[in-house]
Amino acid sequence: MYQFSGKLKKLALALMALGIIGIAIGFISSPSSIDEVKEELHNAHNAHGSHDAHTAVVTNHGEEAHHEKSSHSSDKTHVEESAYDTHAEHLYHQQKNRPWSAIYVALFFFVGITLLVLAFNAIQRVAQAGWSIVLFRVMEGITGNLLPVTILLLVFLLLGSAHVHHLFVWMEPGTVDPLSDNYDAIIAGKSWWLNVPGWSIRAIVYVAGWNVYRHLSRKASLAEDNETNLVSYKKNFKMSVAFLAFFLFTESMMSWDWIMSLDPHWFSTLFGWYVLATFMVSAVTVIAMVTVYLQSKGYLEFVNDSHIHDLAKFMFGFSIFWTYLWFSQFMLIWYADMPEETTYFVQRFEEYKLPFLGMIPMNFVFPILLLINSDYKRIPHFVIGAGVVVLLGHYLDVFVMIMPATVGGEWFIGVPEIGAVLFFIGLFIYTTFTTLAKAPLLAKGNPFLHESETFHY
Amino acid sequence: MSNKVIHALYNDDDILMDAVKTVKAADHHIDEVFTPFPVHGLDKAMGLAPTKIAITAFLYGITGLSFAIWMTNYMMIEDWPQDIGGKPNFSWFTNMPAFVPILFELTIFFAAHLMVITFYMRSRIWPFKSAENPDVRTTDDHFLMEISIHDNEKELKSLLKETGAVEIKVIENK
Repeated sequence: MYQFSGKLKKLALALMALGIIGIAIGFISSPSSIDEVKEELHNAHNAHGSHDAHTAVVTNHGEEAHHEKSSHSSDKTHVEESAYDTHAEHLYHQQKNRPWSAIYVALFFFVGITLLVLAFNAIQRVAQAGWSIVLFRVMEGITGNLLPVTILLLVFLLLGSAHVHHLFVWMEPGTVDPLSDNYDAIIAGKSWWLNVPGWSIRAIVYVAGWNVYRHLSRKASLAEDNETNLVSYKKNFKMSVAFLAFFLFTESMMSWDWIMSLDPHWFSTLFGWYVLATFMVSAVTVIAMVTVYLQSKGYLEFVNDSHIHDLAKFMFGFSIFWTYLWFSQFMLIWYADMPEETTYFVQRFEEYKLPFLGMIPMNFVFPILLLINSDYKRIPHFVIGAGVVVLLGHYLDVFVMIMPATVGGEWFIGVPEIGAVLFFIGLFIYTTFTTLAKAPLLAKGNPFLHESETFHY
Repeated sequence: MSNKVIHALYNDDDILMDAVKTVKAADHHIDEVFTPFPVHGLDKAMGLAPTKIAITAFLYGITGLSFAIWMTNYMMIEDWPQDIGGKPNFSWFTNMPAFVPILFELTIFFAAHLMVITFYMRSRIWPFKSAENPDVRTTDDHFLMEISIHDNEKELKSLLKETGAVEIKVIENK
């Protein structure tokens, strides 16, 4: 049995406390009124002594629905004045969005990782894989994080539909009303899918479905330990088949609902796969990291370097898979060059160049070069080293999926962003290791256990 | 150099693996093992040096990538620039996203084909070459271990008998 050490528990709680402080600072330092933004703009304006910067930004943001107000005045100064006001209002909304977006990026990142660990575990069960049985309890431990993070996510999303935060511009009143100033024909055309009640109900269905499977599968897995027959094993197999079917639909739909709808004018048909890839590689990385950590503490003595090797192979393979989808999405849009599609990448190239292009070395070149060697895949230090870079890179990926639509050019990885990440790392450590401590680390009832224990590549 | 070899035949890969380990433990040198299919871990059990084919694969991949860069640049930029959908064709780099599939495919193509050819050359297999395996059954369902004899025929025979060989033959080389 694993003992959740007091030291680690303290670390987890400290991270969560630090995270809450960081998130709070984010909310306190966001502007409380448009006048505050105007004042800041005014100061910056005087400092730079130029109008051009502001006007340039104004034209860049022609896309979003909530500020498509145009001035009908022919008076030039009036136009400028009104553009200035619109710009200030726009900046105000973006800066107000920033602490919320910071939470959302970190929250979604951890939901995705936990969910994909659950899916990875289900794949192992459905494939009746022999190698991975000794890692089942690690995976089940990590999915102990699913219930807390999905509940937080659900609360976060429902706060959006209650207009507490304004990350989803299509939810703003009037977007589907032809008589409203806010009317947006494209959003209105998508409203059969993208409407607040449907969206909220779907969110509840996804989260409920995932958690029900996680609960039942874990229960059956624990029951297996004390069984000499295969009743629980077979039950778990059938459950996992059903879950995977449910998961593959809901994963795609959740990526449209929760990420792609942030840019409601834009769409990509492989978006669900792309989101899947980014979390798949992160999930395998997290499994490898928790396994290596437990081994370094003297647990999991039945896990040998061939298991680590296999996890590293998945990290390597899924890194390539992610790059393939990331690039496919980009290349098709780049080549077709249709304005309604390219806006997505234009904004990322103009305002997010460093994180957007920085992902290629972090998520592709680095793991490829480090993990291509078969011997390196067995060395825990290399796996952890590659894993840290991969996780940072995929955090950036989620960041670049969400931030451009919500905060635009007002992004920075500062206190609110790091605070949110620390909070969810703390929560992850707390829930994962609490769950690990609840059951023996060896799933001894599994019929393939011997194959896994003697697994040798 | 001895001119006498002993051939021990097995009919199961697990028995063969154990036999190889026993023979190695008794400090005999195994010249060669002939198997109808690749047996995992046999190279390690026999004490063969690790394969270097991965290194050649990497080098071939780099060669393929370089060739693809040269080829796309020559065809699409230097020799016959074309305006396809208004895409830039003045420099290789600005048009690079369009070439990525070609770069990828040629990297794989070079690595895969040259690796196979290297493997054949290294294994001394080429077209019209007559087979070297001493017993046709090793292409079907038998495994053959070949050990040279240095005045220890009896000792070897009894050892191999113990390991579960189904047939033991002594062959005089010409």
